[in-house]
Parts: sequence; structure tokens; C-alpha cells
Amino acid sequence: MAIYIVKRFFMMIATILIIATLTFFLMHSIPGSPFDDERTSNPTIQANLEKYYKLDQPTHIQYLNYLKAIVTFDFGPSIKKPNESVNTQLARGFPISLELGLVTILVAVLSGITLGTFAALRHNGIVDYGAMAFAVIGISVPNFVLATLLIQQLAVNLQWLPPATWSSPKHMILPTLALATGPTAIIARLTRSSMLEVLTQDYMKMARAKGLSPFRIVFRHALRNALMPVVTIMGTMLAGILTGTFVIERIFAIPGMGKYFVESINNRDYPVIMGSTVFYSAFLVFMLFLVDIVYGFLDPRIKLHRKEGDA
Amino acid sequence: MNEQQLANANALVKERQEEVPSLPKASMTEKQVGQKRRRQPDYSEKVLAVEDLHVSFKTFGGEVQALRGVSFDLYKGETLAVVGESGCGKSVTANTIMGLIPQPPGQIKSGRILFKNRDLTKLDKAALRTVQGVDISMIFQDPMTALNPTLKIGEQLTEGLRTHQKVSKAEARKKAIELLEIVGIPNPEERLKQYPHQFSGGMRQRIVIAIALICEPELLIADEPTTALDVTIQAQILELFEEIQARTGVSIILITHDLGVVAKIADRIAVMYAGKVIEIGDKREVFYSPQHPYTKGLLASVPRLDLKEEELQPIEGTPPDLFAPPVGCPFTARCPFAMEVCERVYPGTTELSETHKVDCWLQDARAKHVFA
Ligand SMILES: Nc1ncnc2c1ncn2[C@@H]1O[C@H](COP(=O)(O)OP(=O)(O)OP(=O)(O)O)[C@@H](O)[C@H]1O
Ligand code: SF4
Ligand SMILES: [Mg+2]
Repeated sequence: MAIYIVKRFFMMIATILIIATLTFFLMHSIPGSPFDDERTSNPTIQANLEKYYKLDQPTHIQYLNYLKAIVTFDFGPSIKKPNESVNTQLARGFPISLELGLVTILVAVLSGITLGTFAALRHNGIVDYGAMAFAVIGISVPNFVLATLLIQQLAVNLQWLPPATWSSPKHMILPTLALATGPTAIIARLTRSSMLEVLTQDYMKMARAKGLSPFRIVFRHALRNALMPVVTIMGTMLAGILTGTFVIERIFAIPGMGKYFVESINNRDYPVIMGSTVFYSAFLVFMLFLVDIVYGFLDPRIKLHRKEGDA
Repeated sequence: MNEQQLANANALVKERQEEVPSLPKASMTEKQVGQKRRRQPDYSEKVLAVEDLHVSFKTFGGEVQALRGVSFDLYKGETLAVVGESGCGKSVTANTIMGLIPQPPGQIKSGRILFKNRDLTKLDKAALRTVQGVDISMIFQDPMTALNPTLKIGEQLTEGLRTHQKVSKAEARKKAIELLEIVGIPNPEERLKQYPHQFSGGMRQRIVIAIALICEPELLIADEPTTALDVTIQAQILELFEEIQARTGVSIILITHDLGVVAKIADRIAVMYAGKVIEIGDKREVFYSPQHPYTKGLLASVPRLDLKEEELQPIEGTPPDLFAPPVGCPFTARCPFAMEVCERVYPGTTELSETHKVDCWLQDARAKHVFA
């Protein structure tokens, strides 16, 4: 297991490096520069600005500077808001995005698993059909459409909840709902189908033959096995939710990472693009790494290569 | 059966008497029947009585009548082997006794399962759980899938005990270690911490047996416990069964396809066909003088060392459709001795001895006098 973790760790570093490099070259291949829309700009000022931000240097030097920025995690000030460093922007935006993302995942995992489990236990019953109808809708309606609908109905028409911003728990409900519905539906479907399969396994019959309580049979014997496929997709789902926050953040005017990120691309604000991309991808890759480790703990067979049985 | 049917039956038997060929010798040689064992079953104490059990499954295609009147008794310390072709209802019988028939689609239509003066078919789920794994335990066919892959052996062993008896963790652990020793697993203390994938197939079956024994049940139902194992391990597991029975006096229902297994450890044999027990008797009675043509066919289809391969006689044809089972003897279509009565009326049970019973018109008292 330890060797496995170390190996995965180095792969993680390599992945981040590749993403960072790709970002760098993609960014430089977008036409335009940070100073395009500057109305007052004349060639001399532009040249001076480029010099100031070291954008006049050859690409490979810029790349090296960039790598150095990554390692020291210091991307310097934003070009558009020179009095703010990239790190300050990240420190302000990321916690909000993270909060939205984590609450969403929590909601999606808990309700998805509960729904899927009950649907499987009441296979072909009303709960099952209801849950699966919800799942189909949840998967097929995009979250930005759902967000607009929710704002329209619950905030504008019924006036139950605030339509935008991120200032109290009450404000969190609509964005979370909009963002969590899709993942909830996916988890519910996956849990249901894998639960249905687990329920037919011999070891479940054996658990019943032991006269165990229904609670123990479901939670101790079935659920853990049924959740394996769910854990497997958690990594990509996490990435989906965390990037999905960008769109939702814009709809609900939430001052998270998404705001800075989108703005920075529009403005060609190189330090902000690089800083947020590298930071974000590092975070995502790290989450995937965590999911892998959790999977290893849930499924004892993963450790197989380390300690072979006597079989 | 009413008067008219009786008269018809007698007439039919008479009509066909000349066409009945002499019965082939299809009994086993003395060597194939196992050696005498030390332990003797106690035939004065009945552990289980299954009476006229009917079980059906509702499916899209209709109702499968899986059991159509299964009856047998089981005594203390004996091993009853249940044999028969695939689909004849062996597993359904076992699962019904164990309370594991999913309802729906399954349904116990009628009949009783008497265990310690209680009818198990009448118990609700909660009451059934006090019997499952406590008084009656089950051993499954495939040890590779019977254990939960994500739980440690120790937990799987002790959870039954901890559910049903008020024992501490330490006590349960002690008992588990003791049992692993009995079933022949070395280093039990360390093994408790391991997961199923760290054991071989034979080892896993030993663990499954240990799990079944942990609450000291009176009845052990083993549904093809050795089918998934290779031959040398099969023999070891069978020996383990004998050893356990000698030690605890547990009664065993052993379901198997393998007549070699039957010969080795059974006391009595029940032969099932199309959801009925068509012949039941002492091992020697069934092996040396099988009376039902199906039993004879079954014995004749077993490979024997002293016969050449060509002399093997598989039973031709297929068992009847259980969606619409025949009213008469279900073996009629495949039986070389079938008479018209067989097709129309189900033969009653004839008691050939105190232990030997058979459902076949050939053994019917009225048919006998015709042959005489
Ligand atoms: N859950 C179920 N739904 C529908 N039909 C079933 C179900 N379980 C069993 N049956 C039917 O009951 C009949 C008896 O099945 P059973 O499993 O008892 O056979 P068996 O004697 O154990 O055969 P094998 O030797 O192959 O294990 C079969 O025709 C089978 O199709
Ligand atoms: S009762 Fe059945 S088994 Fe007996 S002779 Fe008739 S058909 Fe054959
Ligand atoms: Mg079976």
C-alpha cells in the first residue's frame, strides 16, 4: 500500500506538470495580449508594459519563469488589477467555490446513495419508479437550465429563497440544488444498479441464512460492496462538480473562483490564468488521488499485489 | 383417488402387463458403497418433518411449480442425501426449509415444515431469524462467492453468534478460533484478521462450514458443498462433515449430484424428480435395490470402474415442464415401463419397508398382484 501511494504521488506531480505546460502554451497561442483593449495604448507604452511583466522575453525563458512561479507558488500581481496578487484572488475566490463544491458533493452523495439504496430494496415498487424517474430528469436537464428554473420559481415567483449571491446559508440552497441534482441522479442510478446486483450475490444469501438483522444485512453486507462503483466515479464526478461551479457561480453571482477565472481569460490576464489553472488542477488531481486511496481501503482486494494470500 | 379411477388403473395395469420388460440390474457394487461409520443416527428422535410441501414461483411465463408435494423426515445425527437431476427442486427444498425463498416471486402454497414442534412455514420474518443460523444452518455451493469480499473472516464468523447470543467480543473470538481449528485452518488467530481473497477455495469452504457451525445448529443443510471443489479437496471436506457429525450429532441434509459422495457419507437417500420425492430409503436399499425406474436410470448412468464406457446409460429425454406438470407420473415420457395408468394418475406412495418408500405404479399393491 505504501509503495502504491508513493507511486501515485509521483504520478500526480507529473500530471500537474503536464497540465501546467499545456496551459502555458495554449495560453500563448490565443491571439491578443493583455493590453489590447487599453484605449490609451500606443506601441511605446505597450512595449514598456510587456517589459515590466517580462512578456518581451523569449518563450522558453518565460516558461522557466512560469515553472519557478509554480514551484514557489508566487504568480505575482494580476495584470488587470495590479494592486492585487494572484494569490490574494485565489485566497478570496477558492474558499467560496470549495464550499459550494463540497456542500454539493455531500448533498449528492448522501441523497444519491439513500435514493439508490431504497430504490433497489423496493425493486419495481413505487419508490423505485419514482426515484428512477427523478434520475432520468436529473441527468438530462443541464444545471444552468435547472438553475434558471429554480430562480424563476422559488426565488422570483414564490419568493421563498434569495435569487443570488452567497451571504448566508439560505443563499446556498438554490445554487447547491442546481449543482447537485445531476450528480445525485447519477449516483442514485449507479447505487441502485450495483445494489441490485449485490443483493443477488451468494454472500447476501449467506448473510440472510445467518439470521442477521435486516439493518445489518443492508448496511454492513450490501452497501459497502454496492458502493465500489460509486467510489470509482467519484473522482471524475468531483472534477465535474468543481468545474461546474464556474457556470453556477456566474448565474448566481457568487464571487468564487469562476468569476476570476472567466474574467482572466477574457482579459488575457496571464498570471491569473496560470495561477488559477495550476492551482485548480493540482487540487483536482489531489482529490482523484484521495479517491484512489479511499477505494484501496474500501476494497481489501486492491492490496493484493502487496501481500499475496496462501491460495 | 376415487373408485372409478382405481378401476381404470387396475384395468390399465392388466392391459400392459405383457409389455413390461424385465428390470435391468442397475445396482451398485458393494465396494462403491461406503464403509461402516462409527456414529449411528438416532432414529428415535425426529429433528425435521417436511410434509407435503408445495412451492411455486410466479414468473412472466406463468407459475413454476417447483415443489409439488415434498415429504420426508430427518432424524438426529443422520445424513440424508437428496439427489436428482438439475431443476428437480433440490435447492428450492433447501431454501424453503431455511426460510430463504424470496416472496414474491416464491410462494409456499401448502404443506408444513415441522422443526422442534414448530411449523417454520407459519413463522414471521423476525421469528424465522431466531431459527436461521441458530438451529438450522446452510452451506452453499460456491465458497468463492459465499463469503463477503469486503469483510474480515473474523467478523463473518462471529456476527451470527453476536446477533443471536449475548456473548462478548472476546468470547466470540475465542469460539471462532476454536471452530477454525476444528475445521482445519492453521494459525486461526492470524487468519481471523484476513479477507476471503487471502484463502484458497478449499479453505474458504472450511470457513463457510465453520460459520454454519458457530451457533451449534441441530440441522445443517449443505447444497452441493463440494461441487465447486477439486476432487482431493472434495474428499477432505466430506471427511470434515463426518467428523463434525460424530462430534456434535448434527443432522445433515446433503444435496448433491454426485452419487459417489452419497455412497460415502449418506445414511438415507431421497431421490427427487420434477418437484417430488419419488423414492426414499436407506442407502443400501436405494443403492442395491432401487425400485423406481428413474432411480435405476440414475444409478445406471454413474461411471463404474468395472464397466466399459459404452455401457454407461444416460437417461434419455428431459424432465417435464414445471409450468404445466403432468397429472400422472412425471417420469412417464421417459420411462421404459410406462403404462397408460402412469400418464393419467399419479402413483401413490408404496411402503416397501419401514424406511423404503417409492412412488411408482410398478410397486403398487394392485400392480404387484397382476405381476405375480
Ligand atoms: N426464484 C425463482 N424464480 C423462478 N423459478 C425458480 C426460482 N428458483 C427456482 N426456480 C425453479 O424451480 C425449479 C427447481 O429449481 P432448483 O434450483 O431447486 O433445482 P435443483 O434441483 O437445485 O437443480 P440444480 O441441481 O441445478 O441445482 C427450477 O425449474 C427452477 O427454474
Ligand atoms: S409410475 Fe412412473 S416410473 Fe413407475 S412405471 Fe409408471 S411411468 Fe414409470
Ligand atoms: Mg440447486
